[in-house]
Amino acid sequence: MLRIVLGGVVLIALLIFSLGTALVVGLHGRGLAALNGADWSAVKFTLWQASLSAFLSIAMAIPVARALARQVFPGRQALITLLGAPFILPVIVGVLGLLAVFGRAGWISAALQWAGFAKLSIYGAPGVILAHVFFNLPLVTRLLLQAWAAIPAERFRVAESLGAAPWAYFRLIEWPMLRATVPGAFLLVFLLCLTSFVVALAVGGGPRGTTIELAIYQAFRLDFDLGKAASLALVQFTICGVVSLLAFLVPLPQTDGLGLDRVVQRLDGPQHRFADGLWISAAGAFLVLPLGAVLMRGLRHMLELPPQILAASVTSLTIAFASTALCLAMALSLSLAFARRGSLARSLAEASGILGLASSPLVVGTGLFVLIFPYAQPMTFALPITASVNAMMALPFALRVLMPAVQEAYGDYLHLRLSLGMGRWIWMIRILGPRLRRPIGFSAGLAAALSMGDLGVIALFADPDLQTLPLMLYRLMGAYRMDQAAATAVVLVVQSLLLFWMFDRGGRGHAAFG
Amino acid sequence: MKLTSLFAGLFLASAAVAETPVLTVYTYDSFISDWGPGPMVETAFEATCGCDLQMIGAGDGAALLSRLRLEGTRTEADIVLGLDTNLTAAAAETGLFSPMSLSANYAVPGGWSDRYFAPFDWGYFAFVHNTQLTAPTNFRSLAASDLKIVIQDPRSSTPGLGLLLWIKAAYGDEAGDIWADLSDNIVTVTAGWSEAYGMFLEGEADLVLSYTTSPAYHLIAEEDSSKTFALFDEGHYMQIEVAGKLATTDQNALADQFLQFMLSDEFQSIIPTTNWMFPAVTPKMGLPDGFPQALSAEQSLILSPQEAAAQRSAALEEWQNALAR
Repeated sequence: MLRIVLGGVVLIALLIFSLGTALVVGLHGRGLAALNGADWSAVKFTLWQASLSAFLSIAMAIPVARALARQVFPGRQALITLLGAPFILPVIVGVLGLLAVFGRAGWISAALQWAGFAKLSIYGAPGVILAHVFFNLPLVTRLLLQAWAAIPAERFRVAESLGAAPWAYFRLIEWPMLRATVPGAFLLVFLLCLTSFVVALAVGGGPRGTTIELAIYQAFRLDFDLGKAASLALVQFTICGVVSLLAFLVPLPQTDGLGLDRVVQRLDGPQHRFADGLWISAAGAFLVLPLGAVLMRGLRHMLELPPQILAASVTSLTIAFASTALCLAMALSLSLAFARRGSLARSLAEASGILGLASSPLVVGTGLFVLIFPYAQPMTFALPITASVNAMMALPFALRVLMPAVQEAYGDYLHLRLSLGMGRWIWMIRILGPRLRRPIGFSAGLAAALSMGDLGVIALFADPDLQTLPLMLYRLMGAYRMDQAAATAVVLVVQSLLLFWMFDRGGRGHAAFG
Repeated sequence: MKLTSLFAGLFLASAAVAETPVLTVYTYDSFISDWGPGPMVETAFEATCGCDLQMIGAGDGAALLSRLRLEGTRTEADIVLGLDTNLTAAAAETGLFSPMSLSANYAVPGGWSDRYFAPFDWGYFAFVHNTQLTAPTNFRSLAASDLKIVIQDPRSSTPGLGLLLWIKAAYGDEAGDIWADLSDNIVTVTAGWSEAYGMFLEGEADLVLSYTTSPAYHLIAEEDSSKTFALFDEGHYMQIEVAGKLATTDQNALADQFLQFMLSDEFQSIIPTTNWMFPAVTPKMGLPDGFPQALSAEQSLILSPQEAAAQRSAALEEWQNALAR
């Protein structure tokens, strides 16, 4: 009963933060406003770029995750941890890193010119997609890797002892897992790309790269048309809703046979060594080179870091810990409340959880501002608001990881609990706890890293004495101090990765792989 | 006993705080950042006012105005500092501002008179480039060259809007053609100034839309003389940044004192090397070494606030059509 109440409370809070803030903004203006032709073409462009980016990220992540899942090599764990980095980079830093490699003055252009060819130009559609794949491929790879590691070792053992061919491995073991994981992963990347506008614009090459989020920006800044901003936000939610339904309606395969929680040992690794090696090196280079450019650029200027870096780090860490705790509490409440309900209830719960990702930070921030302002100075709530909004943005990831884990734990072991008459606490500590430890660690790592890297709504509620690392980075850039900003980016990346590693490691316990 | 005195101390301390009047100034974020004028301005004003100056940042000028419109007459702000003349028509229309009579020996080309706002600094938009480049001398020669530029989106960036109005002010009805000719020179359009400037510094473009004072930052703060700006013979569009007093202020005298202070030598001499703009009133010490010259009044283009407000939508549509290709 308590579970349902908690789950319900979380759902209501989520709806207030997402749809609620959009409606508040609309009502504060002159009601919802109709969209014009330019807005609809922004909708079209947004749908196109988000679908394509999500599709390509997934298509490339599958072979990369599979390669990482079945190969063991020195530095594997470091590479996997590093894979988390592009995802948490402030977009402006990531874009500059990408351009250092793929830009007109980048390494590839330099090599092409040296060899007598024309410079590489990625601006336009290729740039948008390249950048979105750069930011999202690592995330999808991590999500898929997580799912690969969750396949019980026994299945691979059985397959191995039956002498299964590679195709049979895929069809019988990996395909059901992919069918269960890919739609959700697609949805997440799609939504991440849906609300991005700095990237789409910076490498999109011009006003053709207008996304819905940019149209919202325009409605706010230039026209102060709150109704229009709210309408656009609702269009974003509608798209999110439709795509979520499509993703969640894909029937999940039944789990067949439980494992004994052994470490997965893939014996089929060696035969795929060459192809896997290619995928890992290609993806590794694609992700690590721009990251290396960012780090190299910053490391040279570490000594010029302003003293404010300490306070900013502490603020960022505080927000990250608070939002991680909040995100986990929400994800667990929802998972425990809805994982065992019918698939419709579960889908609805997860769809509400995912709304956060389809919210425009500008609309959420303004909505909260309008709600709080009559009663208090919103600036005094800068920290809790930023932590809550960050938690909400990370929730879909945590749900994606936790919901199936809870569902599987109940599916596999509930009959055991019933037949043994196991008490609530024993069940929680002995069965559920250990099974959720890894997904909890992973989602906590994601939530913390996401919160570290996100500029978020703090910019809207900024208190002069309170700055996070991303805010400090933007302020340094705005004051021409690009070198110090680059050094700040290094601090940000290192701290976020450490945080991610700490949580994820804690979740993995003593497991050797994952 | 100790606890009692602790509480007594706390009470006295809060009573002392309560007696200090608070002046609330809304401004754009980069003004209050540790690298902007904010911290020095605060120290200097608080040394004489016997008050607590609270500066609250909100994005950029346009975000500032949106914030004010959201808060309406319930705003706590006494002063708003950091709108530019592209926004003042809309700002005055809100009816939130109180008329003021402030006079000074303004260094703003073309002079200044406005019922509601007083300028605190100003600058010119310009294309910044490396000194070894043979720079274009106007938009037509830029468009005819194969030089690459990075600009900002007028919908999300103040300089971006400045460029839109610059071309409109210089070319009027021909602005659309200029944009069409420029389109193959534009590498990309960024959301904000920082992205564009960062991309330029990384070598992605030959020129970037910024200010005539940008090279002065590199020269003065980094002793790097490799940057300069392209002088265009159409003239350069100006950005004049202003402050206004809210009609709803409960600190009328203090607000007036702050506006006076804003035009004083002390405030004005902080501006050049923190905000990297021309001070509205030239300080006694003059401009710092390495700062560019102001252009003549003929070379200084600007649309009046009313014209800027009236032309913006059409100019924006023209821009979108020309660049959508």
